[in-house]
Amino acid sequence: MSHLLAILFGRLPIGWLQLTHSRGRFVAAVAGVAFANLLVFMQLGIMGALNNSTVAPYDILDADIILSSQDGNTLTDGGHIPRARMFQALGVAGVSDASALFIGNLPFTLEDGSSVSLLSFGMDVAKPLFASPAIATSLEKLSLENTVLLDEGTRGMPKDVIAELMDGGQFRFETGGNTLTAIGTMDVGGGFLADGMMIMSDQSFMRVFPSRSSGAPNHILIRTADGVSNDAVVARLMNTLPSGNLRIQTMSGSAANDLAYMATERPTGVIFGFGVFMGLLVGLVIVYQVLSTDVADHLREYATFKAMGYGQSFFLGIVFEEAIILALFGFIPGILVSLGLYAGLVSFTGLPVEMNAGRALLVFLGTLMACSLSGAIATRRLANADPADLF
Amino acid sequence: MGNASITTRGLNHFFGKGDARKQAIFDVNLEIERDSLTILMGPSGSGKTTLLTLIGCLREVSDGSVSVLGHELNNADEALLVGLRRRLGFIFQAHNLHESLTSTQNVLMGLQVHGGGNQQKQRAAAHHILNLLGLADRRDYLPGNLSGGQKQRVAVARALVSNPEIILADEPTAALDKESGHKVVQMLKSLGKARGTTTVMVTHDPRILEMADRIITLEDGHIVSDQRQ
Repeated sequence: MSHLLAILFGRLPIGWLQLTHSRGRFVAAVAGVAFANLLVFMQLGIMGALNNSTVAPYDILDADIILSSQDGNTLTDGGHIPRARMFQALGVAGVSDASALFIGNLPFTLEDGSSVSLLSFGMDVAKPLFASPAIATSLEKLSLENTVLLDEGTRGMPKDVIAELMDGGQFRFETGGNTLTAIGTMDVGGGFLADGMMIMSDQSFMRVFPSRSSGAPNHILIRTADGVSNDAVVARLMNTLPSGNLRIQTMSGSAANDLAYMATERPTGVIFGFGVFMGLLVGLVIVYQVLSTDVADHLREYATFKAMGYGQSFFLGIVFEEAIILALFGFIPGILVSLGLYAGLVSFTGLPVEMNAGRALLVFLGTLMACSLSGAIATRRLANADPADLF
Repeated sequence: MGNASITTRGLNHFFGKGDARKQAIFDVNLEIERDSLTILMGPSGSGKTTLLTLIGCLREVSDGSVSVLGHELNNADEALLVGLRRRLGFIFQAHNLHESLTSTQNVLMGLQVHGGGNQQKQRAAAHHILNLLGLADRRDYLPGNLSGGQKQRVAVARALVSNPEIILADEPTAALDKESGHKVVQMLKSLGKARGTTTVMVTHDPRILEMADRIITLEDGHIVSDQRQ
């Protein structure tokens, strides 16, 4: 390793040699950085799961524009809008079709006594174009009264039930005085909002949620005509439809706004963001302690090098070399342990906690920056290395 | 400047400020010739080490003149001082070797200060000087595994490996046995003759006085005797 670094730097890798000379301290420093990485990865993982579960419902839909209540926060957290807006929208140039979407949360109790909540979507099953292709083919079957498609990733749902459904079987369950029959599955997964999801026809939805009115859906989904710009249709809808309590967005814009709301306005987003900051701070403090102690321990040697004619950039190079080595060596165990914990979390909670290259790169760059910042602060101690004191 | 590597004119030096200000060097005038071995002697606190650090570009010259290798140090900028230090070789009373580096690597630090270069040739030069100082079998040892004398010889090798124009040594033989000390000083002297190196050494070691070309004695910051041999 030293030989490789010597070729790379064109000089002796003093930072590497210094760090690895005290192996115990090196291992402790790497463990500290790895721990900070783990903290950040876990916060980002859970925050990512929150984001994933926020936008996951969009995966079962296929539309270009969505009309929602102005007071709604996200797709699954909002008020109702008049169904009349759907008919008005159909009269706007560029709109090829529209469909109402109903959303409600349905609790039910399993045979073992445990409770499961299902985020339920009521759709017009005669318009399968508004469902994602994977679901659209099964949508017609839901025209039968009280039949549903059940999320195969539903948390707490017995595995044999899901397996039977996937083999073409059925699963009947009671909720709110209704008997529902699951006749198939879809793959969305549980999240923070509910243990799983369920799709049914809008007619079944009205029976299961008797307090809801078919004249007041949660959203109206719109598909635009081929070759027409979604933004242009949004603009026309804004000009045509009454502006009171109505939000008109493209589907992608709506998903992005949902994410922004969860990240900045909900306490959970802010808490996880703070957790990431704390993780970086822990890493920064650990690396500062290591580098600062290292500089203090080698002041005489540094003063000797100063006397020999080494300039400030040489010393900064050593400290930054150490910072980068700690970042790299801490990151590797940090990400490996995080991957294990992610797998554990998915297994125990069913939350969509996933590692991706973007997050790994982000954390590595963050670690690198935090380590470099610590190094920059630690270099202040170099000023104490006075070669005149050597005599 | 003539044949002088080092010249001082009306050199005074002070430590502290205000009421605590104390003068350590008083009106020192010196010319130290190229390829000579000059020994600075004097009791503790006489100013010999202060004079050595002023010549070594390690302290700011504020009153009087110090010229090293033709460059005036009074009001010199940092870049000039760093550049000059690279042309000097320092040997300290304590070896000040880097504990994480082997003997060879410590010696290489004396070469790499001059920038890039062929690493194999640098390594060969480091091995050569270590061999000359009797450390051929200790080239890959860390300082922690060397005796006091061996460490000091590595420090000497580090100072000599880049063929400095001036060597400034502070009690270089203090940690060496008689034979090693004699060998080191003999080497410094022969290098001076062969390469035109000027050596200024602070020492109390009577065993090496006979090898000096010149012995300057300081007391209370004043030169009280200047003997050429």
